[in-house]
Amino acid sequence: MSETRTIEVDYLARVEGEGAMYVRTEGDRVEEVKLSIFEAPRFFEGFLRGRDFREAPDITARICGICPIAYQLGASLAMEDVCGVTVDGVLQDLRRLAYCGEWIESHALHVFMLHLPDFLGYPDAVTAAKDHPDMVRNGLRIKKIGNSILRLLGGREIHPVNLRVGGFYRTPTPDEVRGLRDELAWGLEAAGEVAEFLATLDYPNLERDYEFVSLVHPDEYPITHGRLGSGSGLDAAIRDYDDVFTEEHVAHSNALHSHRSDSGEPVFMGPLARFALNRERLTPRAAELAERAGLGAACRNPFRSIQVRMIEIVLAFEEALRLVDGYRAAPAEPALPVTPRAGTGFAATEAPRGICYHRYSIDEAGLITDAKIVPPTSVNQPTIEADLRELVQTHLHLPDDELRHHCEVAIRNYDPCISCATHFLDLTVERQ
Amino acid sequence: MDRAHKGPLVIGIGNPWRGDDGIGHAVVDALVDTPGLATAKSHGEPAELMELWQGHDPVILVDAIVTGAAPGTLHRLDAREPLPRGARYSSHGIGLAEAVELARSLGELPDTLIVHGIEPTYLKDAADLSHEVRESIASAVSRITDDLAAAMHGQPPCTNRAGSQHSN
Repeated sequence: MSETRTIEVDYLARVEGEGAMYVRTEGDRVEEVKLSIFEAPRFFEGFLRGRDFREAPDITARICGICPIAYQLGASLAMEDVCGVTVDGVLQDLRRLAYCGEWIESHALHVFMLHLPDFLGYPDAVTAAKDHPDMVRNGLRIKKIGNSILRLLGGREIHPVNLRVGGFYRTPTPDEVRGLRDELAWGLEAAGEVAEFLATLDYPNLERDYEFVSLVHPDEYPITHGRLGSGSGLDAAIRDYDDVFTEEHVAHSNALHSHRSDSGEPVFMGPLARFALNRERLTPRAAELAERAGLGAACRNPFRSIQVRMIEIVLAFEEALRLVDGYRAAPAEPALPVTPRAGTGFAATEAPRGICYHRYSIDEAGLITDAKIVPPTSVNQPTIEADLRELVQTHLHLPDDELRHHCEVAIRNYDPCISCATHFLDLTVERQ
Repeated sequence: MDRAHKGPLVIGIGNPWRGDDGIGHAVVDALVDTPGLATAKSHGEPAELMELWQGHDPVILVDAIVTGAAPGTLHRLDAREPLPRGARYSSHGIGLAEAVELARSLGELPDTLIVHGIEPTYLKDAADLSHEVRESIASAVSRITDDLAAAMHGQPPCTNRAGSQHSN
């Protein structure tokens, strides 16, 4: 007789959005693993249709309170792609600076408030703060620096309003940008110390054979642009995204599942993927810390993703400092003129959790006729489930409570942004 | 840390597009013209709350609080006692209680921090405040004003008012 066990977590703690986990085993075999994303569908793609192309950045910025720049900038870049406009120079630098702010605040929230308690042995950040007040205080200050970059360039911290198709509504003065400098310099040092501390913690040994996918760029660690690259040699333009990946509905989740169109295999996006595919383009201090942390050319242990996120925070501080120091004068115009023309535009940027893909079609009047937005969490969902399956299989001997805890910790490794991943499900009615 | 004394502050927490979850913001709207009183609105993110109240004292937080009591019931919690966590105590899964306890761990809690909660009728999207909750605004404002006066004049705030319930 084989024993059936089910492990359910109704509400996942310390992840963004509302999701649940379900595991069923028969005897010594894992039969079913489901990460259920039941946050309500959000219909963004639906209600973009019929709106003016210039409205897309402001509408899509509401998709996420944690990484709005991924949506606001992605929508802007895709519209510029349709209209044949390239934003570069100082305006592009300011966009990268804004995105550095988003990486800092989003990664810091995850590292310090959601993830670190697992490795320090506490149930949550509030309890951890009693014994490690300086760590948590510094974490909050690091996050605040990210927020202050967003406030300056985005107009406000949550759901920024200042980025637009063609650039910005208002560009900051050099004095305003320089005002960030002291805190950025402090943040770089503090983040470096945390990265060194994280390297001293114990992590479970788990190596996974991920197919990493991230943007790749010949000159820079990719944030705002690049080509699609993978560990197995994928090299494609962003406009080929829909040929490379196929999305499908699954019954248990309000997020679409993605896989490679050619092989049917799931892929994995996010910090581990970026790090593995762009290791050579880390900034100097980030590269040095990664080396000292023993992360090697690639890190395939999902539990060590907290270290990679910290390295990326260091990188974002270094990049932000470089961009702040390089900002000598505000551009003559805050945005390039963009005239609509009928067509389809594509863009992808590296959100903190991985590639955020946008595709929009507009007509000659600039009205949106079609929209597709793919956040990284929905792409990663099959990989998270596969990892959980293996984790449960190798820990079946544990009592349910411990197994449940292991699974929750594992899910937090991926920093899934469940609210972003919820998607519009097409409704098909079959009539006889 | 900025320890400058910035005077009394009332923060309304919630989402005004979600029915009675907007009560915190509505109470702040009713207090906004009070001379010498700073007010703020927040969605309840812990780091943001700590940032908002830094340097202020006394601080009052207003939020929808779900305990199962009758709609419109007023609750009052004094943060000198640990706030109950884990239950659906605030209308936000994480937020108010976590922010208060985190600040306590970090030694950044204002000397006087009182939470006023109003029991919601419903928390549904795109709804206005319910009749019961709207009716409770005047009483909530009156209690908050009493608390502020007591704190400003060095009197110990009353900790056990009629109608107040704690959810544990």
